[in-house]
Amino acid sequence: MSAVLSLKDVSMVFPAATGGGSITALERINLDFEPEEFVVALGASGCGKTTLLNVMAGFLQPTSGAILLHDSPITGPGRDRGVVFQKHALFPWLNVMENTAFGLKLQGVGAKDRNAIAEENLNLVGLSEFRNHPIYQLSGGMQQRVGLARALTTDPEILLMDEPLGALDAFTRENMQELVLQVWRRSKKIVFFITHSVEEALFMATRLIVMSPRPGRIIHEYDLDFCQRYFELGDARKIKSDPDFIKIREEILSIIYGEEIEE
Amino acid sequence: MALLKIFGNNQETKDPYGAPGTGKSTLISLVTIAVILGAWWLVTELELIRALFLPSPGLVFSKFLKISCYDHYKESFLVFLGLRAEVVAECVGFSENALHQHILWSLYRVFSAFFLAVVTAIPIGVAMGMNRIARGVFDPPIEFYRPIPPLAYLPLTIIWFGIGDFAKIFLIYLACFAPLAISARAGVKSCSIEQIHAAYSMGASRNQVIWHVVLKAALPEILTGLRISIAFGWTTLVAAEMVAAKAGIGVMVLNAARFLATDIVFLGIVVIGLTAFIFDGLMRQLERLLVPWRGKG
Repeated sequence: MSAVLSLKDVSMVFPAATGGGSITALERINLDFEPEEFVVALGASGCGKTTLLNVMAGFLQPTSGAILLHDSPITGPGRDRGVVFQKHALFPWLNVMENTAFGLKLQGVGAKDRNAIAEENLNLVGLSEFRNHPIYQLSGGMQQRVGLARALTTDPEILLMDEPLGALDAFTRENMQELVLQVWRRSKKIVFFITHSVEEALFMATRLIVMSPRPGRIIHEYDLDFCQRYFELGDARKIKSDPDFIKIREEILSIIYGEEIEE
Repeated sequence: MALLKIFGNNQETKDPYGAPGTGKSTLISLVTIAVILGAWWLVTELELIRALFLPSPGLVFSKFLKISCYDHYKESFLVFLGLRAEVVAECVGFSENALHQHILWSLYRVFSAFFLAVVTAIPIGVAMGMNRIARGVFDPPIEFYRPIPPLAYLPLTIIWFGIGDFAKIFLIYLACFAPLAISARAGVKSCSIEQIHAAYSMGASRNQVIWHVVLKAALPEILTGLRISIAFGWTTLVAAEMVAAKAGIGVMVLNAARFLATDIVFLGIVVIGLTAFIFDGLMRQLERLLVPWRGKG
């Protein structure tokens, strides 16, 4: 079976801000995304995670290599790849429903049809009773849920999530992790999720890639099933305090710290 | 130090360690207005200053009734109702026009200029914000003429466009144009790159991004620009009406000054101030209505 989305030897080199040098943000990244995968990229700041996401979304053209969606190269952003941002990036001049239905409106879908689809996705993130609220009256967690519903509404094949929970408080964050997993399970999208929380990465991923900076590259990959165990048990804290979980968590932390000490 | 104590004092907000300058100021403003009016009345009542230099509030008000033809219109209204046989009071006005005619002429000039500025400066400002060629073309002329006082290029507008209304409107137009174009240009930068990216990844075309994201996000700044722009229009009004205008609040003030009719000069100033103030209030309401999200996350 060929991958839905695959990255072939993707490199990204930026000219340095000062001097004539350059910074290699990504070096020969190879990644394949299979259906229903939840891939998490983990790494310290500056390891190229966000660059990787921007390249996959089509916001940036890689310096070399190719990104193939169903074997054809992507040339720019498109509806097949929905994006959820760290800062919600919603439109404050639209209410919750209008924000969620925005993508369908652009496609010329009639108000009734697009609102029905938006409503479905607002239900999925538990916000349908807030449909008429202005964005700026919502809490940070609710704004991120609208961002997720909005990205789902155009029915992309893959959801790209750029540290979507990074700006939330610790309690909201844990709840949102579970919500994102539920949404993923029900929508059956491929998810590419960026975080710098090891616990979050381990808990959510079916596949975890650990990245290291300068040059940004993948240094480790894990296949994980903690999210499946969560679906069976329904108790997130229990999974996160499991000895297996803690063992891998410490292993990954030592990899990341080890990388930093090497420099 | 004493001054710092007065102006840096936050005690009345019950938040001594909060940001300085918070709390309501409406009542204080009303008191200030009352004090100014009271001092004006007292000084003239005690005849400390001659009426030629400072006419009393009563005098200005009676001039207001006179040149707005209050008696004439009151009698006309009574005749209309059948409560009076004929109109005796004449409509004198000032400079051959009643007050409302002066006001209407000035409103016509300011708002024509404002309208022209809106339909030209907003598109040009938006283009400057979004296109480097437009920015390169329009930046030097706008930045060059912007700080020049309108009085300096008033003679030029007369040489070019004569002494008709177009020259007057053009002068006010120039005053309105620059601040509006600059606000629109700045407004275009208001949306975040994430908002633009979000729209693209939902399948937006470039035109859709401009229309549904960039321009919507620019709206708060553009509305602020409108307020600044119309205020510049009012400040240029008197200069614009200096040459060969028959009616208008600016002409009224200038003619009154020539005859040392200080009361009418006062009246004209108050009328311009109040008109601009009322319009600004309406614009604020419009802002509240159109961009309720302004300044909120």
